[in-house]
Amino acid sequence: MNGSSLRNVFWRRFKKNRLAVAGGVIVLVLFFVAIFAPLISPYDPNDIDRKHVLEAPGIKHPFGTDDLGRDILSRMIWGARISLSVGFVAVGIATIIGMIAGALAGYYGGWADRIIMRFIDIMLTIPTFFLILAVIAFIGAGIWNIMIVIGITSWMGVARLVRAEFLSIKQREYVLAARAVGASDFRIIFRHIMINSMSPVLVSAILGIAGAVLVESALSFLGIGIQPPTPSWGNILTLGKDNIEIAWWLSVYPGLAILITVLGYNLLGEGIRDSIDPRLWDTERR
Amino acid sequence: MITYLIKRLLEMIPTLFGITLLSFFIIHLAPGKPTDIFTELNPKITPEARERLEKLYSLDKPILVQYGMWLKKIVRLDFGASFSSDRRSVMEKIWDNRKPLLERRLFVTFMINLLSMIIIFLIAIPIGISSATHQHSLYDKITTTTVFIGFAMPSFWLALLLMMFFGVYLDWLPVSQLKSMNYDSLTLSGKIWDLAKHLILPIFVSAFGGLAADSRYMRSSMLEVIRQDYVTVARAKGLPERAVIYKHALRNALLPIITLLGLSVPGLIGGSVIFENIFGIPGMGQLFYMSVMTRDYPTVMGVLTIGAMLTLLGNLMADLGYMLADPRIRAK
Repeated sequence: MNGSSLRNVFWRRFKKNRLAVAGGVIVLVLFFVAIFAPLISPYDPNDIDRKHVLEAPGIKHPFGTDDLGRDILSRMIWGARISLSVGFVAVGIATIIGMIAGALAGYYGGWADRIIMRFIDIMLTIPTFFLILAVIAFIGAGIWNIMIVIGITSWMGVARLVRAEFLSIKQREYVLAARAVGASDFRIIFRHIMINSMSPVLVSAILGIAGAVLVESALSFLGIGIQPPTPSWGNILTLGKDNIEIAWWLSVYPGLAILITVLGYNLLGEGIRDSIDPRLWDTERR
Repeated sequence: MITYLIKRLLEMIPTLFGITLLSFFIIHLAPGKPTDIFTELNPKITPEARERLEKLYSLDKPILVQYGMWLKKIVRLDFGASFSSDRRSVMEKIWDNRKPLLERRLFVTFMINLLSMIIIFLIAIPIGISSATHQHSLYDKITTTTVFIGFAMPSFWLALLLMMFFGVYLDWLPVSQLKSMNYDSLTLSGKIWDLAKHLILPIFVSAFGGLAADSRYMRSSMLEVIRQDYVTVARAKGLPERAVIYKHALRNALLPIITLLGLSVPGLIGGSVIFENIFGIPGMGQLFYMSVMTRDYPTVMGVLTIGAMLTLLGNLMADLGYMLADPRIRAK
C-alpha cells in the first residue's frame, strides 16, 4: 500500500463516520468565527450601553446583554478567539515538551528513561489544577501566562505515548538499517522514528485542545484566567453566577459554547483515531 | 502481601519528596512576593517594615534553606504558621480539633470526594456493563451519547444550570454553604436531611465527569472481555448468561477500572476548588483559592502536599483493589 491509498482509506473511513465529520464541521465553524470576529460580531464587544443593562435575549440582542449593557453574542464571538488560541498554543507547548521527553526516554532508555518517568509520576500526582491556579494567580493572568502554564502542566500523556511508540519502533529493521549506515541519533529520532509515531500524537493533541479549553474557561470563571474587559466564555459565566437569579442567558449561552467546542474536538479526535487505526479497518462497520 | 504494602509505602516517600520539592520551588520562585500585598494595601509601609516582615516569614533566606526548614517541620506533620494576619497554623486551618467535624476543611472535602467516588463506582459500572451487553441497542446508543456529552460538560456550567433549576426556578434545594443557619437547633434526622439537601448538588457535580469517563471505560473493557475465549467456553458449557457476565467476565473487566479510579483522585481534588467556590462550601479547595489570592505560601504548600498524599493513597488503594481482584498479581 502506498501513501496515497492509505490516505484514501483514511478519508473513506473518516467520511463514513458522521459524528467525526460533525466534529470537524464544529471545529471549522469555530475557526471561521474566531478569524472573522470583527466582521460578524453585531456590536463592539466592549460597547457599554447603560440604557440596556441585563436585557433578556431579543431581536436587538439575540443572546441578551450583561450588567454593563454589552452584547453577549458579540462578546462570545470574540471569546471564541481566546478559547481557540489558548487551546492551540497550550497544546502546542505540551506536545513539543511531551515529544522531546518521550523520545529521550524511549530512545535512550536507561537512566534518562528512569529520571523522565519518575518526573512524570511526580507531575501526575500533583493536583495539576491546583498548581495551575497558584502559578497563574502569582505571575498574573495574562493570556500568554495561561497558555504557557497549561502547556507545561499537560505534556505527560504525550510523553508516555511517544515513549511507548519509540520502544516499539526503535527495534524495527529500518531503524536498525539507518543506524547501520551511520545515521546520527538526531536523524534517527526525528527522521525515522518520530515521523512514524505522529498519528497517536495528533489524536492526543486534538483531544488535548478540548482539555485546555476546559481549563482556560474554568480559570476565567474563577476570576484567575482571562480578565475583563477582554471577553472569554469563562468570564461571562462568572457574571452568570453573580446574576443567577435574574439573568439566565448569561449562564446558558457561554456554557453551551464551551460544551459544543469541547464536544467538537472530542468527536474529531476520536474520529481520526478510529480512521487511522488499521485494526479497526475491516472489523467494525458503522 | 504485607511486604508488598510496606514496599509500596516506602516507594511513596521519594515521590512525595519530589512533589514537595517541585511545588515549593515553583511557588517560591514565581515572580512577586507575599509582602507585596501588604505594600499594596498600605503604601506608607517603610522598606524596614517590609524587611522585618520578610524576616518574620523567613523569606530573606536562600530558597534551599527555606525548603529545609519546611521539610524539617513536615516530618512532624507541621505545616508551619500561615501568612494570614492571624498567623494561625496551617494545620489548624485544615483540621481544627476543637471544631465539629463538619467545620474541618479536610473532612468536608474528603467526605464529598469519597461520596462522589462511591457514587461513580455504583452507577458507572452497572451502566458500563449493561451497555456493553446490549451493544448497538437503543439503550447503548442513548448512554453512549449522554456519556459523550458528559465528557464535554464543564463542571462549573453544570453546577450553574443545576443551581438555576433546582435552587432558583424550583426553589427545592439550597445553593450555598454546607448547612442551614438553624442547623444547630435541628433534630438528628433534621440535621441529616439538611446536610443531604446541601450536599446533593455538589456531590452530583463532582461525580459527573468521572461518571461519564468510567462508564465509558467500563463499557469498552467489558466489550473486550466478553470476546475472549474463556467467556465463550463458559457460555458453551451452558452457564446462564448472568453467571457468565457477572462471575466470569466482570472480574476481569473491572481491573482497568480499578486503576482508573485511583488515577481519578487528582482530578476530583482539583475539581473541589471549582465546586467549593460555586457552592460556597468551606473545604480545602476554598481554602486553597483564598490562600492563593493572598499568597499565603505555607497554606498553599500545605494544601498541595495533602492533595498529593491523598492522590498517592488513592493509587495505593487502587493497587490493593487490583490485587484483591486479580489472583495472578497476588501470587507474585
